[in-house]
Amino acid sequence: MKTGAKILVESLQREGTEIIFGYPGGVVLPIYDELYNSSLQHILVRHEQAAAHAADGYARASGRVGVCLATSGPGACNLVTGIATAYMDSVPVVALTGQVPTNLLGNDAFQESDITGITMPITKHNYLVKSAGELSRVVQEAFYIAGTGRQGPVLIDIPKDVSTGMSADVKLPEKVTLRGYNPTYKGHKRQIERALELLDRAERPLIYAGGGIISSDASSELVEFATLASIPVTTTLMGIGCIPCNHPLNLGMLGMHGTEYANFAVTECDLMIAIGARFDDRVTGKIDTFAPHAKIIHIDIDPAEIGKNKRVDVPIVGDVKAVLKDLLSLMKKRDAREIWIKKIRHWKQHHPLKCPTNGALHPQYIIRTLSDLVKDRAVIVSEVGQNQMWTAQHFCFHHPRTWITSGGLGTMGYGLPAAMGAHFARPDVPVFDIAGDGSIQMNIQEFGTIASNNIPVKVVILNNMYLGMVRQWQELFYDHRYSFTELPPVDFVKIADAYGIDGIRVESPDEVLPALQASIDCNGPFVMDFRIEREENVFPMVPAGAAINEMIGGHPRT
Amino acid sequence: MKPHTLSILVENRAGVLSRVTGLFSRRGFNIESLAVGPCEEPDMSRITIVVIGDDEKIEQVMKQLNKLIDVIKVSDLTDSERVERELALIKVTAELGTTRAEIMQIASIFRASIVDVGAKTLILQVIGDTDKIDALEKLLRQYGIKEFVRTGTVGILRGSKTVTSGK
Repeated sequence: MKTGAKILVESLQREGTEIIFGYPGGVVLPIYDELYNSSLQHILVRHEQAAAHAADGYARASGRVGVCLATSGPGACNLVTGIATAYMDSVPVVALTGQVPTNLLGNDAFQESDITGITMPITKHNYLVKSAGELSRVVQEAFYIAGTGRQGPVLIDIPKDVSTGMSADVKLPEKVTLRGYNPTYKGHKRQIERALELLDRAERPLIYAGGGIISSDASSELVEFATLASIPVTTTLMGIGCIPCNHPLNLGMLGMHGTEYANFAVTECDLMIAIGARFDDRVTGKIDTFAPHAKIIHIDIDPAEIGKNKRVDVPIVGDVKAVLKDLLSLMKKRDAREIWIKKIRHWKQHHPLKCPTNGALHPQYIIRTLSDLVKDRAVIVSEVGQNQMWTAQHFCFHHPRTWITSGGLGTMGYGLPAAMGAHFARPDVPVFDIAGDGSIQMNIQEFGTIASNNIPVKVVILNNMYLGMVRQWQELFYDHRYSFTELPPVDFVKIADAYGIDGIRVESPDEVLPALQASIDCNGPFVMDFRIEREENVFPMVPAGAAINEMIGGHPRT
Repeated sequence: MKPHTLSILVENRAGVLSRVTGLFSRRGFNIESLAVGPCEEPDMSRITIVVIGDDEKIEQVMKQLNKLIDVIKVSDLTDSERVERELALIKVTAELGTTRAEIMQIASIFRASIVDVGAKTLILQVIGDTDKIDALEKLLRQYGIKEFVRTGTVGILRGSKTVTSGK
């Protein structure tokens, strides 16, 4: 016989868990007592939200299931934003929460919250475990559900008496089978043939590549497919890294802050192949004018995404990697589509992303300098807002899983804790958190975690003393009325210093490279406070509700 | 936009109904009627939901339902040969005398049965499709309906076709 807590820890190890991000509390005391002697690594965060984001960052950087742990009530509720972030971006996370003892459930007991009820809409599935004997099976199922099909977070709520309760070992099946859960991996043969027929006839095809390619580890198949068939590729925010930035067929990001050439290509293509992407409103702009001349092939593992926002001509439900492999095995090499490729080359040449150079400290320059410095040897995490968009636009990503950002939910405060998690997945490369002064203050307490564990996250704060993206909207669409978007100056170097973290303030372009180099040379965490041009905007930009080829802040159309 | 009758086979577990109904409300689908109970498999339940929407919206509802781990199978019965029934209990004001006789006459036309006779009220039990129950309710309104309760529609395919597990 073993306690539930012991069964839990053994079950996690059985699933290959090496690290947990968590925060102790009353009803998880039995679990923490078990962790005390365990070989499982535990990182003590300073706020449970950070535990969820760290597990998420670990999962995105490694491709494995991330695990976080919190106590009941406030602890569990603090995980919610992190769980929702993982849910929106389909990230495999298992969230463990303590719960009041089963005899007090529903009794408004101390630190009780109905966390399975609360997280129902933001988890792929969740469990309230009622006895120690169920625990090993539930953990096995949770990892299976989180990590297969369209990935996502799964929460396991564990009452205190389940952790302390006793059970004999339960024999688990080799393979989990759930009669209500059978993801489709292999694409339908006839649909794949239809896709190839459309591709054969297309003169101006375009691949619209999303985060599904990263989750499915299908980047090399994607690049091979695009190259063999001569199809330009535009990526979503989540898809960045699935094709190298400097690949001749890569058009960068599309959508609201996409490149002009990507958005032109969307508007003019006659065939769009959407792969692991979901026609999000930040991508499509006005949906009726999105890819108006194109037939659409949509490849996705989640059948509910197909036809949700846009009518599709050829739906292919399946794992992106498996479908791409099938496409590759059936397709013939195709002549370069010279007219189309030439047109795109022309757009790229005449509509490049702008990087202002007037002697002031511009964020685009900082991102490009970092990109040139670290090349393909770094993991870049961002917060949300202008910092995120500048990084997505100007950093040159070479590999999948090196760009980690909160796309769907757009969670400010995500970056620093996610960067901590990413470090444990990729200890071999430096991890940078690109932040704004607004976002970094949403989880700045995690300076404590990176300091005390010497987690070498390099924090790049693009400090404009504004909530920059909201300010930008107020400037452009609300007549410069900066309602509650100005932030008083903060000395981030001093804050870092208080936690025992080295830092530097940067105020001119010539200090950028030395500061970034210093951060890499430093063995531990490092904070850089870049005092950037305050009212710099992210351009180009598609105003809300406009068609995506109606951009402001771009070049005159040639 | 027409009513669709969805037959949903689910795991018979705590919280499943709230997962299903929560999905409807969160994605903005209105439930017209809902009926739930055990079924031929002891560890499963069957939910019948009537929802109004265009075909695309219904397709999206079904796909989202299918994503729930506890949902085993979802079928739209609407375009198939099927039997749909609902049961209603109607407590009508019926003073002794002529109105009481009239009400009993209406009941017999609708093949409703009188399941309770009080000093001032009758309770009618009627089984049928939604239209029939609506029609009876309309007729009885003039006498004064004190309370009206209906089970929600349940539906089943005609012939040997079934909605059973194997998603």
